[in-house]
Amino acid sequence: MQILVFIETDGGAAVASSWEALGKALSLTDQVSALVIGENVGDVAAEAGSRGAKTVYVIDDASRALFDLDLYAADASNVLSQSEADAFLASHTGNGRDLMAAVGFDLQAGVLADCLDLSADGDKLVGLRPIYSGNILVDATTSGPVQLATLRPRAAAPAEPTGASADIVSVTPAAVAGRVEVQKVERAEAGEISLTDANVIVSGGRGVSKDPELGFKLIGELADTLGAAVGASRAAVDAGFIEYKHQVGQTGKVVRPDLYIACGISGAVQHLAGMNASKVIVAINKDSEAPIFSVANYGIVGDLFDVVPAMNEAAKGKL
Amino acid sequence: MKYLVCVKQAPDTAELPKVKAEEAASGELSIQLVVNPWDEHALESAIQSSEDYGGSVGVITVGGEKAIDALRSGLAMGCAEATLIEDTEADAWGVATLLAAAIEQMGDVDLVFTGQLTVDGNSGMVPIALARKLGWPVLTGVAKIIEVTDDSIVVERVVGEARLTVKTQAPAVLSVIKEIGEPRYPTFIKIRKAARVKIPTLTASDLGVDAPAPVVQMDNYRKPPARDAHVQLFDNASDLVDALLAEKVL
Ligand SMILES: Cc1cc2nc3c(=O)[nH]c(=O)nc-3n(C[C@H](O)[C@H](O)[C@H](O)COP(=O)(O)OP(=O)(O)OC[C@H]3O[C@@H](n4cnc5c(N)ncnc54)[C@H](O)[C@@H]3O)c2cc1C
Ligand SMILES: Nc1ncnc2c1ncn2[C@@H]1O[C@H](COP(=O)(O)O)[C@@H](O)[C@H]1O
Repeated sequence: MQILVFIETDGGAAVASSWEALGKALSLTDQVSALVIGENVGDVAAEAGSRGAKTVYVIDDASRALFDLDLYAADASNVLSQSEADAFLASHTGNGRDLMAAVGFDLQAGVLADCLDLSADGDKLVGLRPIYSGNILVDATTSGPVQLATLRPRAAAPAEPTGASADIVSVTPAAVAGRVEVQKVERAEAGEISLTDANVIVSGGRGVSKDPELGFKLIGELADTLGAAVGASRAAVDAGFIEYKHQVGQTGKVVRPDLYIACGISGAVQHLAGMNASKVIVAINKDSEAPIFSVANYGIVGDLFDVVPAMNEAAKGKL
Repeated sequence: MKYLVCVKQAPDTAELPKVKAEEAASGELSIQLVVNPWDEHALESAIQSSEDYGGSVGVITVGGEKAIDALRSGLAMGCAEATLIEDTEADAWGVATLLAAAIEQMGDVDLVFTGQLTVDGNSGMVPIALARKLGWPVLTGVAKIIEVTDDSIVVERVVGEARLTVKTQAPAVLSVIKEIGEPRYPTFIKIRKAARVKIPTLTASDLGVDAPAPVVQMDNYRKPPARDAHVQLFDNASDLVDALLAEKVL
C-alpha cells in the first residue's frame, strides 16, 4: 500500500497532529509520501522528510497562505493522481475534515472519518470508527477509487524526526480561483494549549457557581502548573463562566488526554461523550454520588475551592 | 432571501448510551429520536437571519417516514415550509446528492444552513459534499453571522484555535457550531400550527437522480470496552498527585 499524508500548515508551521497521521501511515507501510501546502513551508517539507516521508509534494505559494477549500482540494486531487497513492490520510482537524470530504466527494471515494485507529488488511485500509458519539465502534472500509481517512488527534504516536531526507517535488498550484475572502484572522494566544492536542485537561463545571471567577482562576492556575488545557462543561459555558471554545462534550469538543481532571462536574452523558476515552479520569466533586465517580479512576470528595488549590500546591512541590 | 436548513433526525443524546450494536447495524433504533442537536443551532441561526435580514426559512431532511417529526420541530421553531426526501439507504454522499437535487429543483435557495456534525453518524462530511455537488462555496465552523446581502455573506468562523472573519458569495452552504445561538423554544400556538402543515414527500425518482451507492462499508458493530470503573478515593490532594505521578500521567 502507498499512502499520501496531508501535512496541514498554519502560518508556515506544521499543525502538530499531522505528524500523528504521518506516524500512523508509517506504521502501516514504508511507502509513505506527504503533501505540504502553504506559504513559506520549505521547512515543513524538509521536516516531513526527516520524519519518514519518502517523497514530499510541496505547493508553496502566497495564494496558499491560508487554508482555502477550493484551492487546497484542487491541489490535493492533482497530487493524489500524480503520486498514484492508494490511500490519502489527514488528521481530523476542521480543515483536514473539510479537505477529505471535498476530495472524497469529487472522486466519489469514501472517507473513513475521525478514526480512532487504522490498520491494513492487505491493500485495504480498515478504520476503527466511533459512531453514536462513541457508544458504538465499527470497522469501516471503502470501495471507492482511492481510500481516504482522517485520524482523530491523539489517536496515534507522532512520527519522530530521524534525520532522513525526502525527494522534494515542487508542484504548481492548481489554477483555481478562490471564492472566500478572509478579512480578519485572530490567532490563539501564544502558549495556549488546544483541548484536542492536550496531554492533560483540567475542566470546571457548574460546581464553581458560588464564585465562578475564582473557581476558573484556581482551575487555570492548576492547569498552568500541570501544562494543561482548560476545559468546561456546557453548564459552565451556558452560565457565561467561560467561553464556548472550552466546552467538552456532545456539542463541544471530543478530547482524549492522558489525564482529565473534572472539577465540579456531575458527569452527564453528554459530558462523558466528550471525555470518557481519556486515559485517566480524576473527579473532584462534593457529592460522592455524582455519576462522574463511576467513570473516574481517582477522586476526592470535597469542595473544589479547597481541593483544586491544594492540588496545585502539591503538584508545584513535586513536578 | 430564501434560507434552507438541513436537519437530521437523530437519537436523543441522553439515550445514546442505550444504543445496542444490533440496532446500530440495522438502523432500527428503539430509543427516542429528536432533531440532531447541532441542527437546532442551524435552525436558530437561519430563523434569526431571516428576522434580521428578511426572507423565509425552509427545512428539509433525508430520512424515513418518521423523520417528518424532525421537520415539524423546525416548523414549530419558525420555518415556513418543510420537505421530506424519503430515503433510508443513502450514506453521506447519497444524502448530499439528494439534498442538492432538491435544492436545484427549488431554484431559489440563497443560503443553506447545516449543523457541524450528527450525533449518530459523526462524520461531518455532508455539508461539504452538498456544497461540492451544488458548486457553491462552503463555510464550516460558523460561529456568527455578521452580514447577509442578496449576493454575499460575511461570517465569523472558528478554525482550530483561530477565529476568522470571512466573506463569500451567495448562494453558499454554512455549517454552524453551538456558539451561533441557543435554539428558541417553540410556543404552543406554533407547535399546533406546525402539526397542521402539509409536508410534501419526495423520492430520488421525483428528483430525477440516483443516489450513489454507499462507498463506506461498516462491519463488526460493537460496544466499546467498558471503562475499568473502580474509583480510588483520596482524602488529600498530595496523595492524589502522588498517584497521578505513579501512573505517569503527570
Ligand atoms: C443536546 C444536548 C447537548 C449537550 N452537550 C453538552 C456538552 O457538550 N458538554 C456538557 O458538558 N454538557 C452538555 N449537555 C448538558 C448536560 O446534560 C449537563 O447538563 C451538563 O453537562 C451539566 O454540567 P455540570 O456537570 O457542570 O453541572 P451539574 O450537573 O449541575 O453538576 C455540578 C456538579 O458540581 C458539584 N459541585 C457543586 N458545588 C461544588 C463544589 N463547591 N465543589 C465540588 N463540587 C461541587 C455538584 O455536586 C454537581 O455534581 C448537553 C445536553 C443536551 C441536552
Ligand atoms: N439525512 C440528512 N438529512 C438532512 N440533512 C442532513 C442529513 N444528514 C446530515 N445532514 C446535515 O449535515 C450535517 C452534518 O452531518 P454529518 O456529515 O452526517 O455528520 C448535519 O448537522 C445536518 O445539517
